[in-house]
Amino acid sequence: MTGTGVGPVILTLDNITVAYEADPVLRDVSFHVHADQFTGIVGPSGSGKTTLLRTLLGAIRPQRGTVTPRDGLRMAYVPQLETVNWNFPVTVFECVLMARTQGRQWPKASKADRVDVAAVLERLGIAEVAERHIRQLSGGQQQRMFLARALLSNPELLVLDEPTSGVDVSTRHDMLHLLADLHEDGISIVLTTHDLNGMAAHLPHLVTINGRIVAEGSPHEVITSEVLERTFGARLEVLEHLGMPVVIDDYHRITPRAAS
Amino acid sequence: MNLPLLFVDSLTGPLQYGFFQKGLVVATISGALLGFVGVYITLRGMSYIGHGLSHAIFGGFAAASLVSASFIYIGAGIWGVSSALAINWVSRKHRIGADAAIGVITTASFALGVALLSRFGSSGPSFDNALFGSIYGISADQIIMLIGVSAATGAFVFFRYRSLLFTTFDPDVAAASGVNVSRIEAILMLLLSLSILATLTVIGVTLVAAMLVIPAVVARMITDSFGRMLVLSTIVGASCGLAGMYLSYFAAVPSGTMIVLTGAAVFCVALAWQGWRSLARTAGLDDHPEDATPAIPAPTRSA
Repeated sequence: MTGTGVGPVILTLDNITVAYEADPVLRDVSFHVHADQFTGIVGPSGSGKTTLLRTLLGAIRPQRGTVTPRDGLRMAYVPQLETVNWNFPVTVFECVLMARTQGRQWPKASKADRVDVAAVLERLGIAEVAERHIRQLSGGQQQRMFLARALLSNPELLVLDEPTSGVDVSTRHDMLHLLADLHEDGISIVLTTHDLNGMAAHLPHLVTINGRIVAEGSPHEVITSEVLERTFGARLEVLEHLGMPVVIDDYHRITPRAAS
Repeated sequence: MNLPLLFVDSLTGPLQYGFFQKGLVVATISGALLGFVGVYITLRGMSYIGHGLSHAIFGGFAAASLVSASFIYIGAGIWGVSSALAINWVSRKHRIGADAAIGVITTASFALGVALLSRFGSSGPSFDNALFGSIYGISADQIIMLIGVSAATGAFVFFRYRSLLFTTFDPDVAAASGVNVSRIEAILMLLLSLSILATLTVIGVTLVAAMLVIPAVVARMITDSFGRMLVLSTIVGASCGLAGMYLSYFAAVPSGTMIVLTGAAVFCVALAWQGWRSLARTAGLDDHPEDATPAIPAPTRSA
């Protein structure tokens, strides 16, 4: 897997500061996305990962600094599953078709729309659940449905917020391979994760943040005790296994209390 | 006694009166319009704003009627949209929840309306008619306005269907995907205000919110598809308007009350049906094989 970012720059965040209230969530963050990039943004809860993604997408305007996408850059976003209203009355087909907001938006899907949705659902292995309500899907199917919606707009840059949060190991494995395939097909990918071993260690390029960018580079450069302590504020041990860094929690065994 | 003939006579009898014909048309279109708009309002968790806006518009209605009878709808419309914007502004700028902002602004507006009508009277519909709806005195202008608002709402939904659905489902992701969410939301609020205003005469200020919610909730209980929910909610709203108007005529009570009571009865039937279906499924009486989650095939991998 390449993806460390040697292609032309397609999006630049220059010295941005973002605040919802008085205290900034992100301070002086500068970040480039290249055409062949596959980057994981790693950080603790509240470190500004989602804010960074939403700023990058143009959904949040920074108080300071600039976000400059390449002219005509096509971006698509896959949200966190936890933020979705699963009781909303929408089938998989209807949900995926939402992405077609350019041009004709009539309620009845055109033949071309139906063919395109069917193709993207087929590609992601969920074609047979197209008429199901979104709540009736497994976690992996739900994640693929949102990926299908993103892919329908034929993006050059795919942005995913915690794509493996709340899914089992097998689904996480599938998702990682799926994203690797999409990257091989020429799509640049930026995702957030707090899963250091299951996700971050497998990616070609990482950025750790905690309000500011702490470190940037390959997993070997970024997943170190020193960087992780600066990012997460906790001492973590890093071992090497099959050529990949593995993070070990500094844990204490809880001993059973003696019976009184 | 020939029951079918009696039933047909009951349906056709009131139609000899011009006021009833107008009332029937307006109530049916009003029910359909509120059912249609109500889908977006209830799915966005904005039922309370529908309730609040109808009360706020009553204040504008009273204030405008002091100026001139011909100014009532324009004045009340401006008042309603201003109230919606004020709610938005207060809740965003002053760290007050939207529900609290609605509670303060719209009830204050309603109280002002009551005070103005009590003190000065109205050059338009009476106090009771404004509160609970009436089929008397429906003018051609009101029918034209209702048809105009219905057509504008239908056209907006038709031509911006996916942006509106995306914004209703997940405004944050819609904004990130390039949808102009602020504009879509502003137009939706405008159409909501106009819909309330256009249906106020027949349904009444205090009851219009119920017709925004009931058809949409009934439709939601019946279907899991957004497109079908939109159609069903419109049909349920129109049917409640039509049936409620006949019941209002025979029971000699305000039209708004009977339309809402009809809606409430339909809601109870839908609730009972849903409960029975759930019980039947639990007992294995209704297999619904399509509900079984299929095995997940592996994703298609590129070569």
